[in-house]
Amino acid sequence: MRDVAVISFAQSPSVRREVDRNEVEILMPVVREARERSGLGQDIDFICSGSTDYLAGQSFAFVSGLDAIGAWPPVSESHVEADGAWALYEAWVKIQMGYADSALVYGFGKPSMGDLPEVLALQLDPYLVTPLWPDAVSVAALQARLCLDAGVVSERAMAEAAARDRRNAKGNPFAQVKGDFEVEKLLGEPYLVSPLRKHDCSPISDGAAAMVIAAGDVARRVCKKPAWITGIAHIAEPQDLGVRDLTRSRSTEMAAEKAGVGKGGIDAAELHGPFSHQVLLLERALGLGSGTKVNPSGGALAGNPMMAAGLIRIGEAARCVAEGGARRAVAHASSGPCLQQNLVCVLEG
Amino acid sequence: MTEVVHSLTAAHRLKYTYKRSTGPVLGRFFGGLRDGRVLGIRRADGRVMVPPKEYDPDSGAALSELVEVADAGTVKSWAWVARPREKQPVGRPFAYALIQLDGADTPLLHAVDAGEERRMRTGMRVKARWAAERSGTIRDIACFEPSDEPAKLAKAKPLGEAELPEPVELIRTPVELDYSYCAGQAASRFLRAIEGGKLLGQRCPVDGKVYFPTRGACPEHGVPTEGEMVEVADKGTIVSFSVVRVPSENLAVELPFAAVTILLDGADTTFTHVMSECRLEDVHMGMRVQAVWLPREEWTTSMRNIKYFKPAGEADAPFDSYKDHL
Repeated sequence: MRDVAVISFAQSPSVRREVDRNEVEILMPVVREARERSGLGQDIDFICSGSTDYLAGQSFAFVSGLDAIGAWPPVSESHVEADGAWALYEAWVKIQMGYADSALVYGFGKPSMGDLPEVLALQLDPYLVTPLWPDAVSVAALQARLCLDAGVVSERAMAEAAARDRRNAKGNPFAQVKGDFEVEKLLGEPYLVSPLRKHDCSPISDGAAAMVIAAGDVARRVCKKPAWITGIAHIAEPQDLGVRDLTRSRSTEMAAEKAGVGKGGIDAAELHGPFSHQVLLLERALGLGSGTKVNPSGGALAGNPMMAAGLIRIGEAARCVAEGGARRAVAHASSGPCLQQNLVCVLEG
Repeated sequence: MTEVVHSLTAAHRLKYTYKRSTGPVLGRFFGGLRDGRVLGIRRADGRVMVPPKEYDPDSGAALSELVEVADAGTVKSWAWVARPREKQPVGRPFAYALIQLDGADTPLLHAVDAGEERRMRTGMRVKARWAAERSGTIRDIACFEPSDEPAKLAKAKPLGEAELPEPVELIRTPVELDYSYCAGQAASRFLRAIEGGKLLGQRCPVDGKVYFPTRGACPEHGVPTEGEMVEVADKGTIVSFSVVRVPSENLAVELPFAAVTILLDGADTTFTHVMSECRLEDVHMGMRVQAVWLPREEWTTSMRNIKYFKPAGEADAPFDSYKDHL
């Protein structure tokens, strides 16, 4: 295996609605910042992006993202219809295969242009489920109740996770929902889609993130404190919610095993749980204990730019390692309904 | 820094209908729904999945043993939707639920019309409310409703070949989504300029090329071009053309017509428009052309302000002047 490290990261603020900039205009300054910070500038071997055309409602919307990065003369690039974390995975594989020594990865999304919970019904089974148009909050609520009934979470623990993450986010200039929230008060709020209250749900966020990764020698040459990716794996569960055990995140457990999460202590963990009960399921699936600072950035409950929020978790975990004094950090990204697909990445200084 | 302008927005509806092949398993399932019956499929270990799947989710083994289950069952989980959306199955507050039908070992996602949240609980009994008209889709079950009937059929019923419903081979799944599209900075500047009869390009700060129409970035260098706006002429040179004889929606011109790629004077990139006031056989590369605008009072923030291009009546442009734009 080749050594590969995160050498730079940049993100836009998460905002409920970018009124005046389109997707590409949100992305451009972020890509530029990541390139400049990497010390490699335009001299990057491979580019991979994550986005989904349904957010803009335009076919091949991601192609205009290429304008932002300068794609003429032709560059070696690829795209995944998933969070940018999966673009990172593809770039990591490309470097492992020896086809590239450095890569720029980015993810971007502007869900404020449509009705996001409804748009996300399109990721469900198109024969059996999408025709019923269950919105994303309702689908998550079905999982939350299963977890509550099974006793693996409680409404109080969910509120505590939300309050903790949003308190952590006070130190994050890019976070959208942050501050001090009293758990008792949160539990007194009405349900949004019962058993979920508003605080249990991540905000709808417009935003973008970009990262540069590089193989051993390149990383050491240009970067003072690379955050080495010492393990990365992703696993998907079946599409039918009915055949999955929704009270645990089996695929996260398996990805964590493959990525070697348990081989050492974890100082910090960045979890991409768009709903509070999912954050709790993820903590358990990763086997995190009291020695781990969970979601120091605030996680997805503080800002959840579609198609970038997973990559942001990896960027934030890398920052913990490069700047925050963490020796070993774990980052997690999720895609699909009820944590259907999960990526786990271990970063070390 | 260039001043930030307020972005234009436009309503945009994404609308299409997929026709989906069902295959041997779902085809029978949808045929069953049309007939008011619910089918599942048995796995190697005997458990029954409803809705049926073609493959075992654990082993990947192909499955084929269709069985019939009840149209009543037990709620395993539910989510109360206080404010239903238009497309959702029940027009008043309702619950989405995971419902395990009697005879099935996995739950089905559907809706429960219970009227009010306090009538919902995990473990409650529900029964299908069949749609009056059925065509073989998941919405042939309009929704489920609370039921007092206890479980009648504990085991799924095996089905002989003769008992299988006629398959539905194709289903239609309409998608309709509404967006409020945001043009962004560069396109808003461009469209506001054209509303005033001006054609606005942007200059790349690296090599000075003028992009028209502009997207706000130079795709060659990956840098913003918002720093320098350049007005280009409404006159230019045809660098390529094609004669269109096939009708398509929303065409503003009559068939046949020439679609032309034009390099406007002052621009370094080309764009496509249509030709008129000209015989088709006279359209050629190098031809000098002039924009014909709508009457001023009809101008909007749209490229349609230019109705078409017509011959400018000038000598052809030399090949060298546009050879890099082919």
